[in-house]
Amino acid sequence: MDSFQETIFKLKKYWSDRGAIITEPYDVEVGAGTMAPETFLRVLGPKPYRVAYVQPSRRPADGRYGENPNRLYKHQQLQVILKPSPNDIIEQYLASLEAIGIDLSKHDIKFEEDNWEAPTLGAWGVGWQVMLDGLEITQFTYFQQCGGIDLDLVPAELTYGLERLVAFLQSVDSVYDIEWTPGVKYSEVRLADELQFSVYNFEMADVPTLWQLFELYERECQRLIDAWKDYPEKNRFPVLAAYDQVLKCSNLFNLLDSRGAISVTERVGVIGRVRKLAVGVAHLWLEQAA
Amino acid sequence: MSIPFLLEIGTEEIPDWMIVPALNQLQNLFQELLDGNRLEGRVTSSDATPRRLVLRAEGILEKQQDIEELVVGPPKSAGAQAADRFARKNNTTVDQLTTQITAKGEYFSFNRKTPGLPASELIGSAMPGIVAKIQWPKAMYWTGKGGFRFIRPIRWLVALLGDQVVPFEIAGVKSGNLTRGHRRLGKSEIPITIANYEQSLAENGVVLSAEARRKRIEDGIREFHVKSDAELLHTLVYITECPTPILGSFDREYLTLPHEVLVTVMRHHQKYFSVLDAAGGLAPNFVAVMNTSADPEGLVRQGNERVLRARFNDARFFYDVDQHKTLADRVPDLAHVTFQAKLGSYLAKTERITALAGSLADLVGADRAAIERAATLCKADLTTEMVKEFTDLQGVVGGLYAKAQGEPEEVWKAIYDHYKPVSMDSPVPSTLSGQIVSLADKLDTLRGAFQIGMVPTGSKDPFALRRAAQGLVKIIVEGCLRLSLAQLIGNDPALRDFIADRVKYYFREIRGFKYDEVNAVLASGWDDLVDVQARLSALQAVRPTENFEPLAASFKRIANILKQADFEPAAAARVDTALLEAGPERELYDEFDRIREAARSTEYVHALDAIASIRPNVDLFFDKVLVNAPDPNIRQNRLTMLHQLLTEFSTIADFSEIVTQ
Repeated sequence: MDSFQETIFKLKKYWSDRGAIITEPYDVEVGAGTMAPETFLRVLGPKPYRVAYVQPSRRPADGRYGENPNRLYKHQQLQVILKPSPNDIIEQYLASLEAIGIDLSKHDIKFEEDNWEAPTLGAWGVGWQVMLDGLEITQFTYFQQCGGIDLDLVPAELTYGLERLVAFLQSVDSVYDIEWTPGVKYSEVRLADELQFSVYNFEMADVPTLWQLFELYERECQRLIDAWKDYPEKNRFPVLAAYDQVLKCSNLFNLLDSRGAISVTERVGVIGRVRKLAVGVAHLWLEQAA
Repeated sequence: MSIPFLLEIGTEEIPDWMIVPALNQLQNLFQELLDGNRLEGRVTSSDATPRRLVLRAEGILEKQQDIEELVVGPPKSAGAQAADRFARKNNTTVDQLTTQITAKGEYFSFNRKTPGLPASELIGSAMPGIVAKIQWPKAMYWTGKGGFRFIRPIRWLVALLGDQVVPFEIAGVKSGNLTRGHRRLGKSEIPITIANYEQSLAENGVVLSAEARRKRIEDGIREFHVKSDAELLHTLVYITECPTPILGSFDREYLTLPHEVLVTVMRHHQKYFSVLDAAGGLAPNFVAVMNTSADPEGLVRQGNERVLRARFNDARFFYDVDQHKTLADRVPDLAHVTFQAKLGSYLAKTERITALAGSLADLVGADRAAIERAATLCKADLTTEMVKEFTDLQGVVGGLYAKAQGEPEEVWKAIYDHYKPVSMDSPVPSTLSGQIVSLADKLDTLRGAFQIGMVPTGSKDPFALRRAAQGLVKIIVEGCLRLSLAQLIGNDPALRDFIADRVKYYFREIRGFKYDEVNAVLASGWDDLVDVQARLSALQAVRPTENFEPLAASFKRIANILKQADFEPAAAARVDTALLEAGPERELYDEFDRIREAARSTEYVHALDAIASIRPNVDLFFDKVLVNAPDPNIRQNRLTMLHQLLTEFSTIADFSEIVTQ
């Protein structure tokens, strides 16, 4: 039985052997591996790209104070982008499961329709949730649009839910019982995060402060987007820094949401504000690359 | 020579619910291709799994028949230049032309021969267009921007006409004779012929026929006492190529959770059948359907059991958390849950429903206090973790929590049921209180939506108003609620028309009454739907009797006569019996007078029988008596009599709406 980290090593190696760049997680809070610039920006434009990375993903509303065996405020995704998608992508994906010790001849795999949409990013795609013996282990998406832009090359995005997958491999009922490395359980590494951030996100995060922060990052991002037109040396322009502000806004939106601070009516409006920034940055990225 | 054809479009997994409609389109499109190209032949069958759309045709001509036709050109007198132009237009030379002598003179002509094209060429060139024409709810491209669009990437194509490959290419994939087996049970390159195709697939782990897959599942679950579920079965048939059911179990302790929640988790989240015990209650078991042939080591079962355990643990977590706050304490939180931007929060809706339900309770003489309590609490479950997780269980969760929190049965059942009927085939709330709360909720949604102009158009009905209105009609009729619809609807003509349509729909499509009967009965009023139902049933019962349809025809005639005469009944006009002619006219009047009392009976079958019994008198009257008598007084008197007869006998149904042979 492989440990949590051993499984991650194997998956990284597997995709590395298939030409993917292996990067470390992005260092700004994100809700999903898709939001890291290695995915969101790199899928734009005509340049082929292959990358894989583990991305800790924060979903404030999913926090359960470490009490629920399957829900985490911050879970980890192994994100793989293959742009363009190879014709045998599904076969490659299934072989990756074999590579981490799943003998597919003894298990049941189904591909169930699950289309993906990220309204704050103006992004969507079609695909499946991959079910292994009834457990959703991977989200498989063919991206169609990002930042409101039709993609030149259609990437395949594979998102492995690492905690779920490894809990399955290790036959444990709670993610906290996962063996991270021999002798160390997941709970020893992450339980404090779950408890403390649940307390912060649900009870202590100061709503007016969060709104202020949201507006600050939004303003900063918009300022940068507006500065593009007159900026003389386009190749020096900090598009990537502008995108960081989008991520900050997105995370603050999620935090505000988990505090119950955004009514259903406001929601659409705030999502629209973040999307406007994301779309703006996506266009700059393409113009800069052109 | 006529030849069979086989097409297999090999794809990545197509969403189950889209497969059958796509297959039907493919079948039609291909038949059109055959018909449009004079290839004879007909599509004989189609099959599909998530990874392949398959079509078979037979009796296709190897090539089209040659066509010979005589084309007549310019008159010979037009000269050599005209002849030359005519020849060139037909891709020939002047020496190939003939002439025809007609009544108008001699003309150049040409015996044009169009050689028939081979079927293979015609089908091959049309195939990409046909595949592209299949409409999908949400198509994608995968070869790059502007590329071919389909539901999921096409990975292989088999196209055989007899033993020959029909060559074509779609999205970079060339047709051939190689199919693929089940992802794990089969080979990935299998050369096939039309004759051995299905057998080859079977040997490679694919059960091609949906019927055979359905049977495999049904046979596999027969020994378990599963809760039957046709929709789930359909889904499972179309997400598998080799379905095999397995029985799993879960710890009995989870049975203490609401069974509705357990079933929802199994059904909607995991696509499992739930299993019943001998008493018809929920057993601690489930049936999962694998997409593989066997589970020899029990790993698949164990995996599914673990997943279900995790799901149930989630549900228990939600249940426990939710108990920290009662429904009553949650009501103020509804101020933060928007119902609709212009219609305010769910708290505002709750207040409106409560007031409305209270007044409806008085109208039908129901328990007002219980109904108001139920209405007050009915939306509070929207703030619970359980409903956030299992949105389909709105209402049900509220009802269960209300029960657990000690609300009386009258109250919790009303909450539990207030989203019912879930569909037109499912039951209305089981208690009067539930019916009233449900009515109030739906009526509020309808009134509000129409007030702000959110009226459904075409297929767009974001607020599911059709469903709300149909539910309203169904509850009133099936709950036998004597309510005035006009009073419920208020004076919005658009809402009135909308409900009228739903009333018609309900009686026609759901209850199966004939459309002319529905029109006839509604034309005599539809304020009281319980009464409408009674009148319809009576009409339906009387319709096959011998007098009925002829009488309906006569009534239509009366209506026409009155219309043609522009007859306006004078106020309080009475038939002057002194003016009645002895014989058929007098007899008709006497008969009319004799049965008019019976015709007013609310025993509608009796009333209709009585009305129908007047038919011989009406017939005789029209046979022997001229309505348009020369004497204006007599004429007026006759029209008055006919008008009275028509009016008094049309309170159950307007017979002129009945379509007669």
